Amino acid sequence: MSRQPRASGHFRTGYAQDLKLVQTPRERWALVALLAVLAALPFLASAFLIDLANQVFLASIGALALMLLTGFAGQVSLGHAGLMAAGAFTVGILAKEIGAPFWITLPAAALVGSLLGLLFGLPSLRLRGLYLAVSTLALHFLVIYCGGEYEARRGYSTGIVIDPPSIGGHALTSGRAWYFVLGLAATGTLLLCVNLLRSGTGRAWAAIRANETVAEALGIEVAAHKLLAFVLSSLITAVTGALFAYYRGFVSVEAFSLFLSIQYVAMIIIGGMSSLLGALLGALFVTLFPYGIEALLGALPGAQRYAGLLFAVNYTAFGLVMILFLVLEPLGLVGIWRRIETYFVLWPFKYRPLAGRPR
Amino acid sequence: MERPLQLAVNIAVLTAIYALIACGYVLIYRVSRVLNLAHGELMMLGAYLLLVTASQFGGHWAAAIAAALGLSGFVGVMVYLFLMRKMTGEMVLAAVLTTVALGILLRGATVLIWSAQQHYPAQRLNITNSAIALPGGARMSLCAALLVATMIFVYGSLFIFLRFGRWGVRMRAAGQKPLLAAQRGINLHIIYAMAWGLSTLIGAMAGMLIAMDQGLDQTMATIGLKAFPAALVGGLDSLLGALVGALIVAAAEVLLIHYVDPLLSEVVPFAVLIAVLVVWPWGLFGTREELDRV
Repeated sequence: MSRQPRASGHFRTGYAQDLKLVQTPRERWALVALLAVLAALPFLASAFLIDLANQVFLASIGALALMLLTGFAGQVSLGHAGLMAAGAFTVGILAKEIGAPFWITLPAAALVGSLLGLLFGLPSLRLRGLYLAVSTLALHFLVIYCGGEYEARRGYSTGIVIDPPSIGGHALTSGRAWYFVLGLAATGTLLLCVNLLRSGTGRAWAAIRANETVAEALGIEVAAHKLLAFVLSSLITAVTGALFAYYRGFVSVEAFSLFLSIQYVAMIIIGGMSSLLGALLGALFVTLFPYGIEALLGALPGAQRYAGLLFAVNYTAFGLVMILFLVLEPLGLVGIWRRIETYFVLWPFKYRPLAGRPR
Repeated sequence: MERPLQLAVNIAVLTAIYALIACGYVLIYRVSRVLNLAHGELMMLGAYLLLVTASQFGGHWAAAIAAALGLSGFVGVMVYLFLMRKMTGEMVLAAVLTTVALGILLRGATVLIWSAQQHYPAQRLNITNSAIALPGGARMSLCAALLVATMIFVYGSLFIFLRFGRWGVRMRAAGQKPLLAAQRGINLHIIYAMAWGLSTLIGAMAGMLIAMDQGLDQTMATIGLKAFPAALVGGLDSLLGALVGALIVAAAEVLLIHYVDPLLSEVVPFAVLIAVLVVWPWGLFGTREELDRV
């Protein structure tokens, strides 16, 4: 991972130092402050805000998984919602049919996810770009169909209700408890991604994304690494789906429409391609966006008139924002963030050095 | 148990629907290498425009349809000029996502303007959609027959246009090698705008006829998405391929729904798509191509 230029006075003198995630005292204090705020938040905020934070955590995990696949390994996928549905339905089916607890259903969801990832990834060995995106889109519909079929056959046409997971007799029901579980999961995923990307695997993915032929010539096993990217990303996504199912306590195919896939792709585009920070910012933005629109509409005069149309307003505004980002700010939120950062790092100079390309 | 003849008629009608829509995907892809995933929504917009012109022009159905078609073509050109023109040179995924975003925008906007309830443009135009009895005991509705006729007309004229028309030849040239075409004095922006206009116009034709046949609501965009596998199965840059692909997908859908399970209707096109993509990645009649990285 290339780093932004530092102001001055900080030099790395050994590899061990170079590998550290937190390098300067100021970074350490910033991290401690961030963690303190995150830990204090659930005790200060209302239940509604905690629910929002939980949704952001869930979306972050999903967006990180997709970013790994699309942003770093360069494989387009429009089947993200299908994979989440697979994880959620694994939980639903296992919990309903054999009453399995969460420590069976979560690994099972991970297993289903990685198998599906292998399946989703197989076309990537022959197809590229557009055609790959389309084949994942097709697989999305197949997975959703299977889920719908299960619901219809077993008579859960409105959806499957799932009991909350319990640890040592304590059922995980409160939003505050979920906040810590999901927060830890998101942090863990982030750390996993950060470390994965600076390992050999991450560099192999970067090579494949840049140029497949050259990667092959460099001795990188292209097929194996592509499949690995699919499997890993799908595994995380399926677990996200499983957590989502437990958090909501309810599984239904309606929740995993094509729109959800598009939302996840929008997260990584709006956040900023090929950046983990971008995935997090995108997840935050896209998750909070509908609530922002709702609040805006509520503030307008004659709010009742729009109440029934909220869904349509959301759709319209979301499409518009996505178009604006694609046309005006292809680097996404992270591009804006980096510009601000570079401005302060380089102040009073104006131009950024050639080496520090934003990523 | 329906008769085999009725099944054949159903396949023909569904083929006409898919082929009409698929040719919109093909036109744009062939000329500008952009996959327009908003085609279903643009087609729906065309049908809604018919609602507007129908109330403007009262009972004159021909005038209403002509005006709506003109408007749809105009919308297509505007989409290119104000949106897709800015995406030339960007990565493939960004261009495709722009069309996806446009689709979402159009879906929301149509609900905001025309509400989500079902409309019946045929009633507003005072057209009765009577059933026609075909020899052999099969039946098809008037609009379905019109769909088949329109499909034949559109494909026939497109073939002649692309083969012999001055602008048709320019379109093919722009699709084959944009750089060379531009150097020979072909204005690519006009060509691309034309492709978008033409594609939206044909899509709107399909949308209007389907709306007259089955009513108009938000599900129409889904039909557009289901026609997309037809275009891909045949090969994204071949009109003949779109026709054959539509036939394959429609036949598979009608037969599987009839003999296996009605719920399959949603997935059959996509299942066919996966099967074809694995065996012939570029479709039956498509040209092999190296695709841009993401």
